[in-house]
Amino acid sequence: MTTNPTRTINPTRRAFVTGSAAAAAGLVLGFTVPLGRGGGAALAGAGHTDEITAWVVVRPDETVIIRIARSEMGQGTLTGLAQLVAEELACDWSKVATEYVPPSRNLTRGGAWKSFQTTGSRGIRGSHDYVREGGAAAREMLIAAAARAWGVPAGECRADKGVITHGPSGKTTTFGKVCAAAAGLPVPDKVALKNPKDWTIAGKPLKRLDTADKLTGKQVYGIDVRLPGMLNAAIRQYPLFGARLRSFDAAKALAMPGVRKVVKVGDDAVAVVADTWWQAKTALEAVDVVWDEGPHGRIDGADIAAMVDEGLDAKDAFVGNKAGDAAGAIAASVKQVQATYSYPFQHHATMEPMNATALWTPERCEVWCPTQSAEDALAAAAFAAGLTPDRCEIHRMHLGGGFGRRGAGPIHDYVHQAVRIAREMPGTPVKLLWTREEDMTHGAYHPVTQCRLTAGIDDQGGITGLRVRISGQSILAGIMPGRLAGGMDPVVFQCLAPKGDHAIAYSFPNLLVDHAMRNPHLRPGFWRGVNANQNAIYLECFMDELAHAAGQDPLAFRLKYMKDHPKSRAVLQAVADKAGWGRPAAKGVHRGLAQCKAFASYVAACAEVSVSDGGVVKIHRIVAATDSGHAVNPQQIEAQVEGSFVYGLSAMLMGECTVKDGRVEQRNFDTYEVMRIKDMPRVETMVMPSGGFWGGVGEPTIAVAAPAVLNAIFAATGKRVRDFPLKHSGLRLA
Amino acid sequence: MAKINVNGRTVTVDADGATPLLWVLRENLDLTGTKYGCGIAACGACTVHVNGAAVRSCALPLEAVAETDRIVTIEGLSRDGSHPVQRAWMDLDVPQCGYCQAGMIMAAAALLARTPRPTDADIDAEISNICRCGTYQRVRAGIHRAAGGKA
Ligand code: FES
Ligand code: FES
Repeated sequence: MTTNPTRTINPTRRAFVTGSAAAAAGLVLGFTVPLGRGGGAALAGAGHTDEITAWVVVRPDETVIIRIARSEMGQGTLTGLAQLVAEELACDWSKVATEYVPPSRNLTRGGAWKSFQTTGSRGIRGSHDYVREGGAAAREMLIAAAARAWGVPAGECRADKGVITHGPSGKTTTFGKVCAAAAGLPVPDKVALKNPKDWTIAGKPLKRLDTADKLTGKQVYGIDVRLPGMLNAAIRQYPLFGARLRSFDAAKALAMPGVRKVVKVGDDAVAVVADTWWQAKTALEAVDVVWDEGPHGRIDGADIAAMVDEGLDAKDAFVGNKAGDAAGAIAASVKQVQATYSYPFQHHATMEPMNATALWTPERCEVWCPTQSAEDALAAAAFAAGLTPDRCEIHRMHLGGGFGRRGAGPIHDYVHQAVRIAREMPGTPVKLLWTREEDMTHGAYHPVTQCRLTAGIDDQGGITGLRVRISGQSILAGIMPGRLAGGMDPVVFQCLAPKGDHAIAYSFPNLLVDHAMRNPHLRPGFWRGVNANQNAIYLECFMDELAHAAGQDPLAFRLKYMKDHPKSRAVLQAVADKAGWGRPAAKGVHRGLAQCKAFASYVAACAEVSVSDGGVVKIHRIVAATDSGHAVNPQQIEAQVEGSFVYGLSAMLMGECTVKDGRVEQRNFDTYEVMRIKDMPRVETMVMPSGGFWGGVGEPTIAVAAPAVLNAIFAATGKRVRDFPLKHSGLRLA
Repeated sequence: MAKINVNGRTVTVDADGATPLLWVLRENLDLTGTKYGCGIAACGACTVHVNGAAVRSCALPLEAVAETDRIVTIEGLSRDGSHPVQRAWMDLDVPQCGYCQAGMIMAAAALLARTPRPTDADIDAEISNICRCGTYQRVRAGIHRAAGGKA
């Protein structure tokens, strides 16, 4: 998603402190937009910590609990956000614990925590200011409480590592000792944030807060939820998008061990509820289902390809970026270069399959689930429960991967289903778990597109004009049609946009980028990196083609068009320098470059690749650079960059979802192949924060992973791969 | 009723003999650290040790497990997270989402038990677990570190 998050900075703040809460929990600090009801100060049900919402909780035992609104799915946002709050709070980092805020609480508190969306690489970049303000306000209140107790001006006191010191007298106290008193003080209207140069917690390569339990099996994911009396459900959904359940015969299944119930779920799925999931899954295989296939049962991949192909030449298209007269300039050029690329459907393939546990009664519904978008999960639960959202609760679990599958939009189908099933068993918690096969065939797929690029070349080999026609699927049209702008999907133009988080990082005098929307029946979704993935392949490989057509060095050729893009130039030059661009690589090893701006960050990569005569590709080394403005936790940025190569290269090398008879053919990891450790190149990451802005981290690098390697493959072979995955081109990994 | 030995204790389980060990561990014995990823022995999320060897428990039916087989899960790898692989993982912040990591750690521990100083080629050959977050670089470094190398 390209748009800046809409949010209000510096909302009216209000202390919310209750006597009982303060007594029980020490200080609960924070602020909120004015409440819709109740006058704000009184928190309904406040009586113990878990029911009081705020950014910061300080306990008399010096524990600091930092409340987290965004979801942790491996990207490290939980630790990063805690670092930002702790930095301003000036607490002792070793005393920090974290806690998720439930979304219904956000609703009843008038949106006190703003967005829970953990999508678009904006966990930190979308909330850094107000979470830091939350920490700073808490620090001021703690200092004020100490100053008041001492009878000295607050201005003479300072806080560091959870200790408050009165400068002139040298007296000290701690956060835990003054937390109860601080709780009664007003929240300051304005707080000054530290200059990032002075950071001691944020900006440092601290260890993650959530590692220990992941090493011992203690970390509880949605799939691990266990509640008293809980039953387990397995589900069989429509075999293809658009199909409906006509009838089913559950007689055999009902006689099988452990089976409690066979449930029709909406009009397109059937579920078996049993004592254990294995029993449910086994019995489900004995349910005979008759499907009404609907309109899409005869669609094959070739039909979809033809549909998208047609869009390459279509007259009508949405214009996403236009400068000068591309068509005229190209026509008037001494030479034209044209190439057509295509990119297939991909699956998120989170390691943890979709799941949710629901407990429903006529009065209330609770759901335990992994979600990147707690608001959407709550909406799905409330709708399925037939209850208002304030009677529902989402308990967020750490995600076993998200990558967009559990993100924005009406794709919380697993939550919806779990609640529907639980409604059939009021008062009994039911855990729904999809098999990998259900997961693989009911995704929200990376959209399929093709791209035709045409350039006019002058007699110096320079680009006179560039025409980029994208044809294919729109994510917004598929799952969020309300977000289309006059029918146009602006997200389609990531990395090719005229300005903003995904601005094209070149300046061409004549440019036209447009999109012929062609929507096949498969549900699309935001897939880590979204449209930056294929758009960066299209543009960065084509730039490479043009450089070679002009007989020019691909680095120098790119830089000619990057004069107005200093930050992009800096990361590109950095990877080239570190990789040794311009100097010979090891024998048989060839290099390729790519750069782009995505999710407001500037990224570049240089890949070193060799290709044997038999077409065996070996990726030896990748040098990558990221300028995300600020770097809240550099070692976690490195981890995200390393992982981005696995995700991006898995797709480019081997990933694809194909369609036959309307169905996704891949059903498990035996057919949807992904990289393993043996395929992993050495990744050297440069974290280059240049300050002054906040860019995303989890996604941008994926965009440069594939084109850098593809350009290196061209350098090695003279062969330009334009259709993916690579395995179709006679090339393969060792 | 079957008797199996898990993490040093012999337990009785009431499950159909065809039930994969993975689900016996998760559902009958509450040992949810071992994860389901594919159910077809393709991803390694469910890796446990059977008599010291890494085994994908999703493809091992309960009836194929003898009472004398010693099964170790992530919960039993060490008492307190102090196995060298766990310590190396902690030092290097290996996990991202962590979902694959129990299987990854069990696979790495089995490799090290057999090959105390594995080469990169050994790691490539023996560790085929899938990590969609892409922690492979740190997994490799972690194995070398646990082996006493420097990484
Ligand atoms: S769940 Fe056993 S190998 Fe994937
Ligand atoms: S850490 Fe997320 S799948 Fe490996």
